[in-house]
Amino acid sequence: MTKFIAHATEYLPLLLNGVWLTVMITLFALCLATALGLVWALFRTSGIWSLAVPTRLLVDFVRGIPLLVVLFYIYFVAPDIGINLTALQAGTIGLGLAHSCYLGETFRAGIEAVDTGQIEAAKSIGMKRPLMMRRVVLPQAFKIILPPYANNMVMLLKDSSLVSVISVQELTMQGKMLASSTFDNMTVFTLVALLYLCLTVPLNLLMRKMEIYLGAAG
Amino acid sequence: MIIFDDVHKSFGLHEVLKGINAEIAKGQVVCLIGPSGSGKSTLLRCVNGLENYQRGRISIDGTVVDAASPQVHTICTRVSMVFQRFNLFPHRTALENVMEGPLYVLKENRKQVRERAMALLNRVGLADKTNAYPASLSGGQQQRVAIARALAMRPQAILFDEPTSALDPEMVGEVLQVMRALADENMTMLVVTHEIQFAREVSDSVLFLDGGRIVEQGPAKELLRHPKHERTKDFLHRVMHPV
Repeated sequence: MTKFIAHATEYLPLLLNGVWLTVMITLFALCLATALGLVWALFRTSGIWSLAVPTRLLVDFVRGIPLLVVLFYIYFVAPDIGINLTALQAGTIGLGLAHSCYLGETFRAGIEAVDTGQIEAAKSIGMKRPLMMRRVVLPQAFKIILPPYANNMVMLLKDSSLVSVISVQELTMQGKMLASSTFDNMTVFTLVALLYLCLTVPLNLLMRKMEIYLGAAG
Repeated sequence: MIIFDDVHKSFGLHEVLKGINAEIAKGQVVCLIGPSGSGKSTLLRCVNGLENYQRGRISIDGTVVDAASPQVHTICTRVSMVFQRFNLFPHRTALENVMEGPLYVLKENRKQVRERAMALLNRVGLADKTNAYPASLSGGQQQRVAIARALAMRPQAILFDEPTSALDPEMVGEVLQVMRALADENMTMLVVTHEIQFAREVSDSVLFLDGGRIVEQGPAKELLRHPKHERTKDFLHRVMHPV
């Protein structure tokens, strides 16, 4: 145990560099996924054929491809069509795009779960669709969406480890490099796992707090 | 004010309104009665464009109601609706529910809207509940907030879709009382109801619908006391003597 602690203090600064990058990738990808996901959900529930159908195709398409392949595609194929992205950019965009499709479906389910009576009430006081979405539907959908959203957030954080395969030096990659130079697999990967938990557990707790708070606010 | 001219409406192959003709004058209270599935609620929902109709014409003060038109929401700023299940916005307080329309749809001044909303809640007897969320209000209180919300739009008419059907029996009175007060102030009201006594005492005329047609219409007291049509007699007898 003392040996573990001695090694751990030695490895930790290096791994923390990776944690920093993991957090940044997750945050940027989450922003992208949330914004795009909301767009997909609004398009799909718009009732406008020319928006709903292409969105559906895109979402099904991306969801049907392994995340790893999406990452490879963006990183290795994009340069062929003249888009040069760094590994970090490609990884963040790939994660954000892939998760926007999952989130889009979550948002859509939340929007559709809002009682039709609410939509009728909004219409009955003369609201047009954008105002109705903003004032009536989305605030209520938010409460329904929150638990699956939190779930998605944790999944996104964990999926960020996949960008290590396109050479982004986030937590997993740092761990792999450290393990191969020290051969101390046990300590390194235990630390990596613990560091991931340090990120995901507080996230879960925060979301639970928010759910309780929102539940109390009616 | 509201004119139904040969209104036809189908859901798929099922025709629910088979040529409705009626006219509601300004300041009149008209009750729609009839068995379930007779098309009463559908007819009401066609008036403010929640449902579309396929043939005929509904007009409000000369403006034709067309649910497919992008302008349909302007109808709703002139004709408000009160629902069976209240449909208050659960994430907003009673006061915010009442303020929502004037503030965000009519874009009126916040301070004035607030004052008017307070006055309206006072009028429906809920001055002490302004900051309560719908979940903490009884059914009767929620429905009274819903009426205040409808009034806040300064409508030319209010549509009531079975406003007391989802209430506990002891709460029916408080809602009917508010509606009676509105009738006394000459608000134009179109009410789908099973409250025959309310219809008799408050409304000017009654339309009896069955199978998507108006079977009988006339002054409330006369029609409800001396129905001419067999179907009306039978329905009224069943409603007033359930056992």
